[in-house]
Amino acid sequence: MNSNVASGPHDPANQKAVYVFEAPVRLWHWLHTFSFLTLAVTGYLIADPLPSPIGIPSDHFLMGNIRLIHFIAAYVFAIGFAVRIYWALVGNRFSREIFYLPFWRADWWKDLFYELGFYLFLIRKQHKTLGHNPLAQTAMFFLNTLMTFFMIGTGFALYGQGLGEGSWADQGFGWIIPLLGGEQATRNWHDMGMWIMLVFVIIHIYMAVRADIIGRESSVSTMIGGWRLFKDDQP
Amino acid sequence: MGIQQTFYEAMREHGITRRSFLKFCSLTAAGLGLGPEFAGKIAYALETKPRTPVIWLHGLECTCCSESFIRSGHPLAADVILSMISLDYDDTLMAAAGYQAEEILEQTIAKYDGNFILACEGNPPLNEDGMYCIQGGKPYVEKLRRMASHCKAIIAWGSCASWGCVQAAKPNPTRATPIHKVITDKPVIKVPGCPPIAEVMTGVITYMLTFDRFPELDRQGRPKMFYSQRNHDKCYRRANFDAGQFVERFDDEGARKGYCLYKMGCKGPTTHNACSTVEWNGGLSWPVKSGHGCLGCSEDNFWDRGSFYSAVTDLNVVGQVESRADKIGAVLAGAAVVGVAAHAAASVISHTKDNNKGGDSHD
Ligand code: HEM
Ligand code: HEM
Ligand code: SF4
Ligand code: SF4
Repeated sequence: MNSNVASGPHDPANQKAVYVFEAPVRLWHWLHTFSFLTLAVTGYLIADPLPSPIGIPSDHFLMGNIRLIHFIAAYVFAIGFAVRIYWALVGNRFSREIFYLPFWRADWWKDLFYELGFYLFLIRKQHKTLGHNPLAQTAMFFLNTLMTFFMIGTGFALYGQGLGEGSWADQGFGWIIPLLGGEQATRNWHDMGMWIMLVFVIIHIYMAVRADIIGRESSVSTMIGGWRLFKDDQP
Repeated sequence: MGIQQTFYEAMREHGITRRSFLKFCSLTAAGLGLGPEFAGKIAYALETKPRTPVIWLHGLECTCCSESFIRSGHPLAADVILSMISLDYDDTLMAAAGYQAEEILEQTIAKYDGNFILACEGNPPLNEDGMYCIQGGKPYVEKLRRMASHCKAIIAWGSCASWGCVQAAKPNPTRATPIHKVITDKPVIKVPGCPPIAEVMTGVITYMLTFDRFPELDRQGRPKMFYSQRNHDKCYRRANFDAGQFVERFDDEGARKGYCLYKMGCKGPTTHNACSTVEWNGGLSWPVKSGHGCLGCSEDNFWDRGSFYSAVTDLNVVGQVESRADKIGAVLAGAAVVGVAAHAAASVISHTKDNNKGGDSHD
C-alpha cells in the first residue's frame, strides 16, 4: 500500500494499533529535540550575550562555556542526524517519510489538500493517518530536514573557521562560506535558520498536542512508545 | 632600463646600498614568516633574476591602498620596493604624465609581453560602456583589459579591486565590478582591506617577485599567510570575549576597562585579516586597541552588510528594508505563537460545536 490514508475496512490503518515509529526513530526524535533546544538557547546567547560578569577575565569563562555547550550539542545534533539518515535506509517505510515528498503521486496531493481543508476548518471529518499526514510531511521536509542540513552545514563551516584553515571542518564545510557571501553573511543565515526552525517547532508541538486531544489517533505517545493507537474503528 | 637588468641592479641604480639590500632580504624573510635561511635565498633570487616589471593601474578608488603602501612601517622596505616597481608605471607616483606616461604601457607590452605583473588598485565601472571612469580619453575598463591580456598575473589591491567596495554599494549605479569578475583568464590574487596593511602589501609583492609565483591562496583567492585567521582569533581582548565581558556603551565601565567590543558590533569574529597581529602604522595600534570595533573592511560586501555597531547584521535579501535575522525571526516566531493560539481557540470552538451536534469529528 502506498497511501497513508485508510481506504477500506480491511486496510491495516483501520486496526486499533499499528507499530509506526521504531526505537531508533523515537530515540532520535528526542535527541533531536533536546539538542535543538540547547542549540537554540546557546545560539541566541551567542548572538546576544548575557550581561558581563564582574572581575578579571581569567576568573570567568561565561561566553566560552556557552559556545562550548553549543558545540557539544552541535555534535549530538549532527551525529544523531547522520544515524537517523542511516536508519531511513534500513528502517520501516515510515522512517523514510521526512526525507522525501512523493509529489509524483496524485493521491498524495489530494490528501495534502484534504488536510489543508481540515486544518482550515473547511472539512469536518479527519482522515486517519499512519505515518505523517502530507501536510506534516511537507512541513517536516522543508522546515526540519532541509533546515537541519543547512544548520549543520553553516554551523560546521563557522566552526571550521575557529578550528583553523585546513582543519577537517574547514575542508568539509568551508566551501559554504563564499557561497553565502562571506563569514558574516553565513552567521546571519545560521541565525535566521534558527528562527525558521523555531517557527516549525512552535507549530509542530501545538499540532502534536492538539492531535492527541481532539484527533482520531494517538500522537505524542506514538513518538514515545512507537504504537499508533486509533480511537475508533471507522475508516 | 636594460632588458636583462636584475632586481639587485635596479635597486643599486636607485641608490640602495648592498648593506640595505641584505637587511631588506632578512626583513622580508621574517615578515613572510619564513626561516632565516630564506634571507639568503631571497638575496640570491633578487641578484640573479631579471627584474619583473610591475604596472600599477588605478580604477575607481580613493588611493588609500597607495597611501598605505608608501607608509610601510619599514621605510627600507618601502624604498626598496618602490625602486623595484615605480620604474614602470603608476600614474599617482611616477614622474611622467600624459602621452609620455601612457606610452610606457605600450613599451612594457612590447618588451615584456606576458612577463609583467599587473597590480590593480580600484575597479572598473561597467555601465555605459565604462564611461564613469575615463583615463587618457578612454574608459578604464579598456585599459585594464588590454594590460591584463598581456600580463603574467594580477594583484587585486584592496577591497575595491577584490570585492567592489563602497563604489559598488547598492544600487551600484556605475556597476563597479571587482577585477576577478572582469578578467577571468588570468590568475588574480586578492589582497583585500580598506586599505590593506602596508606590511601585507609589501610582503605579498616581494614574495611574488622573488619566488615568481603566488604565495599559497585560500578558497577566496587571498594569501593564506596573512588572511587565514580572523582578527578575533588573535585579538588581545579575546580573554574578555571568552569571559563574557563586553562593552555595552562607548562610555561605560567596560569600555574604560578595555572589555571586548563584540556587542558594539566588532566584526573581528568574521573578518579575515592580520590587523590583530601585524597592526597598523608599524605595529603602533589597530581599531580595537583604540577602543572601536573592527568594521570588517577586508570582507566581501562589508559596506552593505548593515550596522557597524551590532553583532547581528543584515541578510541582504529584501533590498532596502531592515532585514536583520533576529528581527525577522522574532516577528516570525511571534506570528507563529499568535497563529497557534488563534487556531487553538478556533479548534476548541469547532470541537465543542461538533460534540454538541454529535458530529463527525471524534475524540
Ligand atoms: C539547529 C541547530 C542550531 C541552531 C539553532 C544554532 C544557532 C546558532 C545561533 C543563533 C548562533 C549565533 C549566530 C550569530 O551570532 O548571529 C550560532 C552560532 C554558531 N553556531 Fe550554531 N546553531 C545550530 C547548529 C550548529 C551546529 C550543528 C554547529 C556546528 C558546530 C554550530 C556552530 C556554530 C558556531 C561555530 C557559531 C559561531 C559561534 C562563535 O564563533 O562565537 N551551530 N548558532
Ligand atoms: C516537546 C516537544 C515535542 C513534542 C511533544 C513532539 C511530538 C512529536 C510527535 C507526536 C511526532 C509524531 C508526529 C506524527 O505522528 O506525525 C513528532 C515527529 C517529529 N518531530 Fe517532534 N515533538 C517535539 C519537539 C520537536 C522538535 C524540537 C523538533 C525539531 C527540531 C521535532 C521534530 C520532529 C520530526 C522531524 C518528526 C518526524 C519524525 C520522523 O518521522 O522521523 N520535534 N514529534
Ligand atoms: S574586540 Fe572584537 S576581535 Fe577582539 S575579541 Fe572582541 S569581538 Fe573579537
Ligand atoms: S580592524 Fe577590521 S575594519 Fe579595521 S582595518 Fe582591520 S579589518 Fe579593516
